Amino acid sequence: MEYTDVVMENFTCPKHVGEIEGANGIGQVGSPACGDIMKIFLKINDDGIIEDASFKTFGCGAAVASSSMATDMIIGKSIEEAGKFKNSDVVDALGGLPAEKIHCSVLAAEAIQAAIEDYHNKKAQQ
Amino acid sequence: MKRIYLDHAATTPVDPTVVEAMLPFFTEYFGNPSSVYTEGRGVKKSIEAARLQIAKAINADPREIYFTGSGSEADNWAIKGIAMKNQAKGKHIITSNIEHHAVLHTCEYLEKQGFEVTYLPVDEYGLISLDDLRNAIRKDTILVTIMFANNEIGTIEPIKEIGEIVKEKGIIFHTDAVQALGNIPVDVKDLNVDLLSISAHKIYGPKGIGALFIRKGVPIDNLIHGGAQERKKRAGTENTAEIVAFGKAAEMATEQLEENAAHMKKLRDLLIKGVMDKIPQVRLNGHPEKRLPGNVNFCFDYIEGESILLSLDIIGVAGSSGSACTSGSLDPSHVLLAIGLPAGVAHGSLRLTIGKHTTEEDINYVVENLIQIIERLRKMSPINADCPIDDAVFDKADHHH
Repeated sequence: MEYTDVVMENFTCPKHVGEIEGANGIGQVGSPACGDIMKIFLKINDDGIIEDASFKTFGCGAAVASSSMATDMIIGKSIEEAGKFKNSDVVDALGGLPAEKIHCSVLAAEAIQAAIEDYHNKKAQQ
Repeated sequence: MKRIYLDHAATTPVDPTVVEAMLPFFTEYFGNPSSVYTEGRGVKKSIEAARLQIAKAINADPREIYFTGSGSEADNWAIKGIAMKNQAKGKHIITSNIEHHAVLHTCEYLEKQGFEVTYLPVDEYGLISLDDLRNAIRKDTILVTIMFANNEIGTIEPIKEIGEIVKEKGIIFHTDAVQALGNIPVDVKDLNVDLLSISAHKIYGPKGIGALFIRKGVPIDNLIHGGAQERKKRAGTENTAEIVAFGKAAEMATEQLEENAAHMKKLRDLLIKGVMDKIPQVRLNGHPEKRLPGNVNFCFDYIEGESILLSLDIIGVAGSSGSACTSGSLDPSHVLLAIGLPAGVAHGSLRLTIGKHTTEEDINYVVENLIQIIERLRKMSPINADCPIDDAVFDKADHHH
């Protein structure tokens, strides 16, 4: 199994690790039994733009790298744009993932969608 | 960067003395040992000398040693060969649920062929219970196969006691001793075993050569059919160079056993103490005393094994993990699940296996760096003592598998 340099870079020096204070969209997917859990934090402003994003991940190198890349890619995007975000976008940006690690990118895309959904739910309750 | 290799349970570097012993057999002594002319006869003698070296290493008669292509082949042969030959007497086999896949998957294959297999459970340390074994034995039990020492957690099973129970019942007993040889004494007479699998590449020999000890008179079918090699029991032109190498490696392993074991044990205990003292939320897997001298296996809560391995690799350390992410399968190690660990914890396992060349500086380096690696990964993890796995809310718990 071979990781690209971009994957290794994002694993060793991941961007956007941690929790954002005042995050208004939080999504968590995965399960410990499968060996990966991804939690994404979004700070979305009144114009519907993702001002900041961060993550906390329990998982392998590909899971950490996917989280880092995915959060980096959606910052500055509108929630409409981020809603169209696909796992293949992460895979491409990472320069590819081993076949058995593709699910890590799926997890990242799902966590973002879950965070956006959480944002909508919270807004609807207001 | 200097590399620190701590995966000796996976494989070992071939000892230079062993390489030296085997090299002439590729070019100078290339003859087929079955040939009647000089080139063949000389090679035949070297094979028999190697067979004697192996026999001495496990206190067997050289005529009870049969070379195979690997430890896996030896396991396959022992189990399938006994099952096929003795099926008229019964079709029941007993094994444990922490065996190497070479044993487990062979047993599963036989189940599909109409055999019945009992998989004995193990306790939290990975030990089988002798009472469980006694209770599992039936009139139609033809084979008991229990590993000598576990490859993942290093637990040493009570092989001698198992052998006594099995012998009393007149059942054939096989043990996979691939991890045991070179680490702890292996004496087939003392242990009451009928068949025993070993492999060269775990004892500083080359890959691609193993052996099966078959006690004289044990009824067994062949696995590899063809020519009359290995006293008509295992066909295929002898892998002369590697057989010679295996013999040399076995001889050295026997000579150095006490010295190597004491060295590894000292470093093992240093590593265990260092990690347990300096890193919180860690557990040692396997038995605290009844374990291989070179085996260390930890679970670090809240983090995943492959991340630890990658982080160690970056700083020059080679280790292994029972995490699913490192195995290509979806489930974590069957051994860690068998000792009762939840899957989420089993994913955070790290196995470091020490060898004869490992130094105290190596161990200190690993401990110091491991502290930072675990801390960094835990900071990144969404689960911790305040937010444990059980309380975490999952939007899509079974999303991707």
